[in-house]
Amino acid sequence: MSQYIIRRLLQMIPTLIGISIIVFAISQMVPGDYITASQNPNMTAERADQLRAIYGLDKPPVQQYFIWVKNMLTGNLGDSFQHKMPVTEVINTYVWNSFIIAFVTMILSWTIAAFVGVFSAQFQYSFFDKVVTLLVFLLMSLPSFFIGLLAIKYIALDLKLFPTGGMTTAGLNAGGFAYIKDVVEHMFLPVVVMTTLTVGGLTRYFRTGMLEVIRQDYIRTARAKGLQERTVIFKHAFRNALLPAITLLGFELPGLFGGAMILERVFAWPGIGQIYLASINMRDYPLMLGFTMFLAVLTLLGNLISDILYGVADPRIRLK
Amino acid sequence: MDQPVNRTEQLQEQLKIVKAESPWKIAIRRFARNRLAVIGLVILVIMSLICVFGPLFSPYTINETDVSNKNQAPNADYWLGTDKLGRDILLRVMLAGRISLTVGLVATAISVAIGATLGAVAGFYRKYADTIIMRIADIFLALPTLPILITLGAILSDLKVEPGKRIYFLMLIIGLLGWVSLARLVRSQILTLREQEFMQATEALGLRDNRKIFRHLMPNTIPIIIVSATLGVAGAIITESTLSFLGLGVVPPTPSWGNMITAANNLIDFRKRPWLWIPPGLCILITVTAINLIGDGLRDALDPKMKNR
Repeated sequence: MSQYIIRRLLQMIPTLIGISIIVFAISQMVPGDYITASQNPNMTAERADQLRAIYGLDKPPVQQYFIWVKNMLTGNLGDSFQHKMPVTEVINTYVWNSFIIAFVTMILSWTIAAFVGVFSAQFQYSFFDKVVTLLVFLLMSLPSFFIGLLAIKYIALDLKLFPTGGMTTAGLNAGGFAYIKDVVEHMFLPVVVMTTLTVGGLTRYFRTGMLEVIRQDYIRTARAKGLQERTVIFKHAFRNALLPAITLLGFELPGLFGGAMILERVFAWPGIGQIYLASINMRDYPLMLGFTMFLAVLTLLGNLISDILYGVADPRIRLK
Repeated sequence: MDQPVNRTEQLQEQLKIVKAESPWKIAIRRFARNRLAVIGLVILVIMSLICVFGPLFSPYTINETDVSNKNQAPNADYWLGTDKLGRDILLRVMLAGRISLTVGLVATAISVAIGATLGAVAGFYRKYADTIIMRIADIFLALPTLPILITLGAILSDLKVEPGKRIYFLMLIIGLLGWVSLARLVRSQILTLREQEFMQATEALGLRDNRKIFRHLMPNTIPIIIVSATLGVAGAIITESTLSFLGLGVVPPTPSWGNMITAANNLIDFRKRPWLWIPPGLCILITVTAINLIGDGLRDALDPKMKNR
């Protein structure tokens, strides 16, 4: 097992090198840099050149690439131009805001998807199942920004049930419980929208998994023994239906820490996704490049974790 | 004594009656039995017809601005209202539909062409070709797609590509980033197909490699290509609309469903004039749902493993 993990980790290296080259090349294709993008009217040509020299933007691209990679290997992603602090610190500041909503979303959507999927499979072809199937397709086809806007317009603005965006009420100077309550209120809509967006695909996954298990002989045996249907479904069938879903757990990793670029922007949530989107617009290369690599590493680690989890959960699978 | 003869005759009679159905006919019949998929197909056809032919019947033209009729709520003259320049929203939604559907289709065609070819080459030649192509696939798979697209969109904006040409670049970049999953599917199919007897036959006939690949192996992978392409169109439409919403995809004056929703960035339009941005959003939702339903129906119809369900 440890051999397998080490080999997989080593295999990540060429992939990461490839990604770093592509991402760096793309960033070099962008005309203009942070100095021009910040559009400071008092900027003289001399001062701009000075700043470029300070940020290392005057060096040839190949040299810049190697400096960047060398620094990355020592855990230094450089300093963000915009935030005037190390990229790692920027990520660490905002990633947790993203993590909170992503984590709550994950718990919610997995719970809902498991229950709905299981019941939908148990009563296959029933009215409930048909409604679920159609809903799943609708949810899987939702453009995230559109559903976000709809929620803000009708639930937050028209009904005034929840705040329209942000993480805290401006000017709120409360601590403790009042602060938590305020954040939870702000979280509500983004979490509901994100859950809506993710729950469809998951439900489908659980339903298919359950359908496969329910047809097997040991389920018939369990029923023939005279076990209660509830026991058959949740004790015998559900556990096995969970197996394929466990692989999905690993794939959640980039979602948990990667932020939701579009929705965070729509809801003005101060998460890393929104900061990242801004870094692209502002040509804040160190932040943009650093976080892209961070995302790539998360994706690769997520794949590895899901493979390992699958092997752990199902002893029939041997990892070699 | 004559009984066995009779039996044979009977069997021959039966054999005549049972006509072998072509796999395509079976697939079509299975698809037609799937009610949701058929509904999806009907909706998609209606949507496309409206977008393609609807503008011909519109009393308005695309650049016709009419300040006296600006920001009108939906009414008898303007079924979906007008925008701040007095342009008819219904007409713009239909024209946007043409753009969004075309971008989705062409981008997917590009992905499919790249994915199917690379997958087939990797599966057929194995060894170095396989290793190189699959390593590249690994890289693309771990590449965060949306950020890359946003960056490329920003580059297009910086280079001041004119809106008309821009959609071609957009199709290209969406297409270039979407080939990986199909390449993997095709490769794994080709890996098993190439070991089958009909491939020994092509070997014996001395066929050239590209004939083997494109005439004998690829046709067998068409079912998965069709399914993957259908679902790909749905994804490409969402991607295009997301980029256009951020102002980095299709840009005005060319209308697309995504960039029409940017009207929501203006607080007054967002609150008081929902007819500006809700219709294009619903169009995306309806179209993409329809395509996903079709794709799912096709998967059930074309996948031989699901035969007896």
